[in-house]
Amino acid sequence: MFAYYFELGLRSLRRNPALTALMVMAIGFGVAASMITYSVFRAVSGNPIPEKSAQLFTPQIDSWGPQQNLKGEPADALNYIDAMALMRAHRARRQTLLYGVGMSVLPSGNDSLPVAANGYAVYGDFFPMFEVPFLYGGGWNTADDDRRAAVVVLSEEFNQKLFDGANSVGREITLDGHDYRIAGVTRHWDPQPRFFSLFNTSGFKDATDFYLPFTRALDVQANPGSNSCRGHMDFSGWDGWLRSSCVWATPWVELDSAVEVARYGKFLEDYATDQQRAGRFAWAPNVRLRNVMQWLDYQHVVPPESRISLLVSLGFFAICLVNTIGLLLAKFLRRAGEIGIRRALGASRREIYTQYLIEAATVGLAGGVLGLLLTTVGISGVGLLFQPQIARLAHLDFSLVALTLAVAILATVVAAFYPAWRAARVQPAWQLKSN
Amino acid sequence: MQIKPILAALRHHKSGTALIALQIALTLAIVCNALFIIRQRMAHLSRPTGVDEASLLVIQNQWAGKPSTDEMSSLMAADLATLRQLPGVADAYATNAWPLGNGGISFGMGYTPEKQASVTSTAIYFADQHTLPTLGLKLIAGRNFQADEIRQAKDVSSMALSEIIVTRDLAEKMFPRGDALGKAVYLSAKPSTIVGIVERMQVPWVYSFADNWAERSTLVPDQLSTLRGDNYVVRVKPGQMDAVFDGVSKALFAANRLRVISPRDGVQRLSDVRTKAYKSDRGMAIMMGLICVVLLAITAAGIVGLTSFWVGQRRKQIGVRRALGATRRNILDYFLTENLLISTGGVIVGSVLAVGLNLGLIAYFELNRMPLAYVGVGVLVVLLLGQLATLAPALRASRVSPVEATRSV
Repeated sequence: MFAYYFELGLRSLRRNPALTALMVMAIGFGVAASMITYSVFRAVSGNPIPEKSAQLFTPQIDSWGPQQNLKGEPADALNYIDAMALMRAHRARRQTLLYGVGMSVLPSGNDSLPVAANGYAVYGDFFPMFEVPFLYGGGWNTADDDRRAAVVVLSEEFNQKLFDGANSVGREITLDGHDYRIAGVTRHWDPQPRFFSLFNTSGFKDATDFYLPFTRALDVQANPGSNSCRGHMDFSGWDGWLRSSCVWATPWVELDSAVEVARYGKFLEDYATDQQRAGRFAWAPNVRLRNVMQWLDYQHVVPPESRISLLVSLGFFAICLVNTIGLLLAKFLRRAGEIGIRRALGASRREIYTQYLIEAATVGLAGGVLGLLLTTVGISGVGLLFQPQIARLAHLDFSLVALTLAVAILATVVAAFYPAWRAARVQPAWQLKSN
Repeated sequence: MQIKPILAALRHHKSGTALIALQIALTLAIVCNALFIIRQRMAHLSRPTGVDEASLLVIQNQWAGKPSTDEMSSLMAADLATLRQLPGVADAYATNAWPLGNGGISFGMGYTPEKQASVTSTAIYFADQHTLPTLGLKLIAGRNFQADEIRQAKDVSSMALSEIIVTRDLAEKMFPRGDALGKAVYLSAKPSTIVGIVERMQVPWVYSFADNWAERSTLVPDQLSTLRGDNYVVRVKPGQMDAVFDGVSKALFAANRLRVISPRDGVQRLSDVRTKAYKSDRGMAIMMGLICVVLLAITAAGIVGLTSFWVGQRRKQIGVRRALGATRRNILDYFLTENLLISTGGVIVGSVLAVGLNLGLIAYFELNRMPLAYVGVGVLVVLLLGQLATLAPALRASRVSPVEATRSV
């Protein structure tokens, strides 16, 4: 029966080409607009590290006080003093500090020009904590952190650029005039959004080239890409800057259970209380401990453009569906005479209802196919609205294709509930009489 | 035109009527807000920078290795000499930031040294005596910097900040009586004297956080050498933009090759910087415009479809009316009035929805309040659209012959 009704539906599509075209276009445009904006939203709002996002936390400590903090919230990063205090206390199983650095590298070969490279200064725990996959070698250990070792981990892409993808572990590279021994090469690893480094940047950035020990980066006085300060800049030199109000280091800790989380929260409170008692903070403890998803939410990683465009597209789709309800009503009731005859010949209301829902599904299928074509075109136009680092994340994959078709068919069938119900209620006697 | 019979007829088509009205209401709500967003974004992206964008290039240069402070300043001086000698270059200077560049330093400015007492935020642009002629800034009071005022600072705290040039907007904010020239203000613990006022120069940021002080910039006669590299702003002679754009990094590499100038965005025309800075504004305006057009088209098509259906259903009744003496005009007016009644219902609901949607957007997206004029324009557009969409089916209805009344089908 399904196949027969489906065929009837297809035949009916051809009967009023103009009306059918209108419906198919409304569904197609509506579903395409929604899918294009959803593909971006999906990319920017996803969980970048699903298996561990609930165990990774970033502590915040208010070192600026109520008059200068971010409307009651602590700064988004730590200053040197607080950051080092957290590391020394070592109250989490794994912990790291990190900040972004830019350096230049002189590739081997006499005629080569220096290239700029972006990296992070991190602790050895960074790699197991964030489950960074390795192609060659590995990260470094706590002992290397402590002895401020001149080691470096390269990304697969950067290793490709410098060493043509060869196993470079054990070789040396020169970053900003200092030599480093290569300890490992990561496999391609670029979580989107880059949740661990959101301080003063968006979550969508160009690929990372290298990782070097935090302690070593401080020794070579590698300036952070960004820092925020309060009060007059009355410090001088590197050491003065380290002891200033400027925040720039992002801390991350791994806490495996609710008990550990509570204990760490207590530790942060106690630390701030001690600082207050010691006279460093003139305010009550103001600390936060957010996990990955809470942190992404708090940092508004999803760009407002993405939310607004998704919202507007969904509104647009809703209007297209209202339009479809009206047109389906017109299309079905135009065939009231035909329905009357079928009913008089013994078809039950249920059968009429099923037939018209299936007919609507064929409209939805056609709309879905059109929507798929428009989505393909539209996704290449995403770069119009979003920066390239975000635009390249939007892509058509199998799940989006399936979703487009499913949404188109389902939405049209839902839209057809009322028109099909009206069709099923046609009184056979009325129709037969007037004919 | 009698409205009562139309209302009576509509009572038989409750669902169709409600659907058209609902569609018109939703369309109105979205179109008004989309038009408002378009207008806002256009206003945002057409703000002037105050500098001569068409003839400016920005070069971002990073030194390889990590030269010392003293080495940096001589490297920078050598680069500026190289740049100024290039055939197509009119002038050049080194700085930390430029309008639309979305990066830089902001300070609070106040009447006293206390940090908490700052009156407004201001963008800090490093400048020298070449800055005004290079950017094409118009000095409206006071003087330019002199060569002996330019200093090399080792870090932010040792910046002298003793003489500054401010924009008119900043001068008027600090000294509303218009006597800013020669006055002292505080950017640090030490006083800074305003030696010149320029007509206009936008801050580097186009984000909303700088919207309230978008034209409050301060030029300071300092060069900071702790940064990793230098940025140069170059004024190009008329007609030489492409030649300089293509050749400038080669000339710098020829002078000293231990540097990084990104092949992707190391050298940028300021006009391209503008395009990039306002990309999302333009994209949003285009997207909203597209959605408006498609939405209005779909709504119009929906009205045509449903009205055609009604005309088809009522051919017999139309024939009867025609046979009883109704003119074609009467029939046409009937359908147009019917649409006007439905649309009026739709726009009443739609106006409320439009304002509600705007309030929602204000709450979630920091949008501004939409002036009611947008709803007014939207109502007119939607009503006109409804009438135009009804016209074709209504004309077809008016051509129904009175003979139809006598046919049984």
